[in-house]
Amino acid sequence: MKPFDYASPSTIQEATALLEQHGDDARVLAGGTDIIVQLREGLRDAEIVIDVKKIPELTALDLCNEGGLTLGASTPCCDVYETPDVAAAYPALADSAHIVGGWQIQSRASVGGNLCNSSPAADTIPSLIAHNAICLIEGPTGTREVAAQDFCTAPGRNVLESGELLVTLRLPAVSDSESSAYERFIRRNEMDIAVAGAASWIKRGDDGNIADARIALSAVAATPQFAQEASEYLVGKAPTEENFSQAGELAKNVASPIDDMRGTVEYRVNLVGVLVKRTLATALARIQGDG
Amino acid sequence: MIKNNGNGEYRVLGTRPVRHDGADKVTGKAVYTADVQLPGMLRGFILRSPIAHGLIKSIDTSAAKATPGVHAVITSADMPDVGDKIADLGEGAVNLKYLSGNVLAQDKVLYKGHAVAAVAAVDIHVAEEAANKIIVEYEELPSVTWVLDAMQDDAPLLHDDLHTDSMGAKSENPSNICTHMHFEKGNIEDGFAQCDVVVEREFKTASVHQGYIEPHASVGDWNEDGRLRIWTATQGSFSARQQTAEILQIPIGDVVVTPCEIGGGFGGKIAVYLEPLVGMLSKVSGRPVKISMTRADVFEATGPTPGSYMKVKIGATNDGKLIAGEAWLAYDAGGYPGGMIGPGCMCVFSCYDIEHAVVDGYDVCLNKPNTQAYRAPGATQVAFATEQLVDEIAKQIGMCPLEIRQLNAAKEGTVRVDGPKYPPVGLVECLEALEESDHWKSSLDGPLRGRGIAAGFWFGCGLKSCATVTVNHDGTVNLLEGSTDIGGSRTSLAMQLAEVLGITSDDVNPMVGDTDSVGYTDVTGGSRVTFATGLAAYTAGRDLQTQMISRAAEEVWDCSPDEVTLENDGSFTHNGESKTFKELASQLFKHGEPLVARAAVSPENPTNGFGVHVADVEVDPETGKVTVLRYTTIQDAGKAVHPSYVEGQLQGGTVQGIGWALNEEYFYHDNDTVANASFLDYRMPTMLDLPMIDTIIVEAANPDHPYGVRGVGETPIVPPPAALANAIYNATGTRMEQLPMSPPVLWKQLQSESAEA
Amino acid sequence: MANKRHVSTTINGEPKEFLCAPHESLLEVLRDNLGLTGSKEGCNNGNCGACTVILNGRPVDSCLVLGVEVEDAEVETVEGIADRNELHPVQECFLEGAALQCGICTPGFLVASKALLEKTPDACEHTIRYNLAGNLCRCTGYDKIVRAVQDAGKRMAESN
Repeated sequence: MKPFDYASPSTIQEATALLEQHGDDARVLAGGTDIIVQLREGLRDAEIVIDVKKIPELTALDLCNEGGLTLGASTPCCDVYETPDVAAAYPALADSAHIVGGWQIQSRASVGGNLCNSSPAADTIPSLIAHNAICLIEGPTGTREVAAQDFCTAPGRNVLESGELLVTLRLPAVSDSESSAYERFIRRNEMDIAVAGAASWIKRGDDGNIADARIALSAVAATPQFAQEASEYLVGKAPTEENFSQAGELAKNVASPIDDMRGTVEYRVNLVGVLVKRTLATALARIQGDG
Repeated sequence: MIKNNGNGEYRVLGTRPVRHDGADKVTGKAVYTADVQLPGMLRGFILRSPIAHGLIKSIDTSAAKATPGVHAVITSADMPDVGDKIADLGEGAVNLKYLSGNVLAQDKVLYKGHAVAAVAAVDIHVAEEAANKIIVEYEELPSVTWVLDAMQDDAPLLHDDLHTDSMGAKSENPSNICTHMHFEKGNIEDGFAQCDVVVEREFKTASVHQGYIEPHASVGDWNEDGRLRIWTATQGSFSARQQTAEILQIPIGDVVVTPCEIGGGFGGKIAVYLEPLVGMLSKVSGRPVKISMTRADVFEATGPTPGSYMKVKIGATNDGKLIAGEAWLAYDAGGYPGGMIGPGCMCVFSCYDIEHAVVDGYDVCLNKPNTQAYRAPGATQVAFATEQLVDEIAKQIGMCPLEIRQLNAAKEGTVRVDGPKYPPVGLVECLEALEESDHWKSSLDGPLRGRGIAAGFWFGCGLKSCATVTVNHDGTVNLLEGSTDIGGSRTSLAMQLAEVLGITSDDVNPMVGDTDSVGYTDVTGGSRVTFATGLAAYTAGRDLQTQMISRAAEEVWDCSPDEVTLENDGSFTHNGESKTFKELASQLFKHGEPLVARAAVSPENPTNGFGVHVADVEVDPETGKVTVLRYTTIQDAGKAVHPSYVEGQLQGGTVQGIGWALNEEYFYHDNDTVANASFLDYRMPTMLDLPMIDTIIVEAANPDHPYGVRGVGETPIVPPPAALANAIYNATGTRMEQLPMSPPVLWKQLQSESAEA
Repeated sequence: MANKRHVSTTINGEPKEFLCAPHESLLEVLRDNLGLTGSKEGCNNGNCGACTVILNGRPVDSCLVLGVEVEDAEVETVEGIADRNELHPVQECFLEGAALQCGICTPGFLVASKALLEKTPDACEHTIRYNLAGNLCRCTGYDKIVRAVQDAGKRMAESN
């Protein structure tokens, strides 16, 4: 690994000042489970690594009834699934956090870091999209908000400008009539990269039909995708296996995967249908209290 | 007088003592090669080829040499010219030109990851940075990584001077086909003419890696006295010594190899990669040098066992008797000649008594790393083919898969296609154990579930081993032996010595010696250590007892040696007076010279290990994923010295076979470079991918060992791909003709078949 | 740039100070600077778990932690599991259950298993398999490791 300098600021202002000063030569270190590998393998370079874990806002994990969830960008995955209220309110996110790498990785890797790494196959991003998360970004020109579904722009790339830092993720408050699930397909059962992944969030109306739905996919396009057509299709429909299957078919329309060693285009598109159907069923079961 | 205590009633064998090196290995104290730290030691890094095939036009090392902190940079120009010479390395002859060329590329690179230059510097980061400053100019050549393509006349040629050796005759034109082997017995045409049913299929298997968790590592110190000291991760210290001496062209006696604790090998740590390089870097720098491979290096430059293409045909009568078998096998050799085709040919029909058989095998160079042994090398591929065809015949004639195997099982007197006639072997007993097992008797219900069985064989070799036993004041003993201990062999050897002497396993202090301190011992491989080095430990124990009888007669009882009796429990008696081993050893120590015994053995016969596996699976038709629900491994161990470690060999080999079956493979980019050189994308099974692996140890004694021991290490990897393929067939009705049977492949096949239907 | 940093930390209950460059991993620091070679390098990219240590109560791959990050932290390695000459139950059970063959993955498994059992002493087979899937073993097929962890959990419960 090539030498670099290291800083561990304790405020957002210090961090953004350092990021602005060093521009593209600076890399942010949260859990390090991607960036350290990338620096070691020469996939990314850094003059300075800025460790943001000493900034209180970045390690926040606050759930309040009206305000929803405030998740610091460097909060490790294990905090998400080990905090019962959070895991219960945002099950897709807990599912995701629980399958990023193995336990050792989950002790360090953060949801914010997973988002900023912006891999098309990132496991937490579809769950953030399904839960309609908002990204709070601090930078030289102040604060801005970006929807999770708009955050990634290309493999390994995102909306962050030079000098900007992802501070927190904000997930809207949830009710008992909604739930979610994330499932990915991998060739092993753990320690693998998604061949395809799907997160589904649904809300049931008083009539028992689906009042709202959000479906998002990973590893089937250059960036994680919000499956708008499939999501909208479900609104007003009964939560049946048939409708879930049809949503899965519609979700395939936003899948434009590549052939690679993890799977073919044909295989991945097939998986979209399977995973959307299964995650919708899991989300429904969770609303019914048996998931 | 010595009474044979090989009567099946044992005091030590069959018990489960804690291994002697156990405490060191659970506290982090055990010293593996990467843990060796010498004063002034430098760290080395190897620059490797980024392309699969090319000529090296020039190498400019000036910038690397000028980097502060760099002490040595070497290329093949710094290595001795070994010429075109055949060296006998005990495990077989090898052309030194190829051996040396694989360690450091000469005029050509033959696979991605081929070593091109090496740097020694003050730390690993400086060494890596300097290595990346070396400028290598390549002329890239067309490459080939599929064995059938590599056999074509117009294939890119790896070696212009390689001519096919076909049963001793050399081909006129150069070729990537190194060797063509041919075996036959009976009359194949007559054989097939007698058959009522004949099945034939083509199969292919991907390259797989041994996947040991410890990357290759070596430390070299070219001492001021001219001797080269090597600490290394090797399965055979003597083999490593000889290869290193030959490549560096120095006398073998000037090299001493200390085998450190070794973090897995499975056949992949026999060939040297780093030892000559740390030696040469140490010579140039005047400092000790350590190199540890990166995981990517391990995948790209070491290991893999051959990918294969196989066409196999088997015929039988309607009453289930296998009559004729024909096999055409092409295996990867890798960048240099010398693959695993020989054992592949010998194993393809090794489990069955088939009267007429013909086998043709081809060893083929292509742009992959030089293939290496991997646990029963060459046997797993052919079992995948044969065991499925046997099931297919059973299905066609309406016979139970177990029954057809029982009807045709190899037994004493069966002649294998390559000639040998089996002595007493345990396949029939393994099949009986399967029939009696809970697993076989249990029902498997539910859709998309299936059960499969398969048999497997590995030779288990003898080769050379030595042992020295010294006796302490208190009658405890020290056992010095030369087999590097990969999985608890110290203890299985100590137990055999303890059994002979009538002491406990804990009364023996086993130690693996370096090449200066212990007699020549062949590699830890071929399932030989517990058998052959165990025989050495046993024989040294007998030598010790013989000496003690003479000494006791003279110094204790004042009688003739034949008036001293050695009892079954290891005690010595004379005229009603009895002394235990410990009592007599202590007494003799006070009387005169210390007791030292030794043994050197070279058993010739293989130990013939047979196994039978049964697997239950469930298939997810929407994703093609196979879940292993239940698995039982049955094997003849002859005599299980330490049953826990026998079970461990059975379980570990089985799981490697499951990985090979379901997910492990090398992926290549379009330019034939490896795409998945990491544990992330080379998918060995994790704990979550498996059920418990049940084991049944069968003990059909090996007549060539005093306790009946057979080698057990390798056979367990052989049946799993076939057993799982048969289970998948029984779950889905689809026949798998390729490995791995990964989810995308199985899904696609199920899709195609349902579309056809 | 990239001068060595002074780091104060606690390793296996003892205060430690060391110098390291920012690009040196915790694994390198432990092995090369502090002589704690029990933590092993199997892949150096977080895929095998052989370098597992406990950092502030949680198992991590020490190859994916920078040495400079452990300022004021608590680190526990395989060398700290035994209490003087008394092996920890998880160590005893690995030995008695023959849950190791070559031993290279063993330190990582022991550290992760201890962390798991301290959190979930009665972990079932699935929980063990799920939580230890980040530790690769190529020798044992995992069967005896799972059983050893279960046995250690029972032994720890008995001694409490």
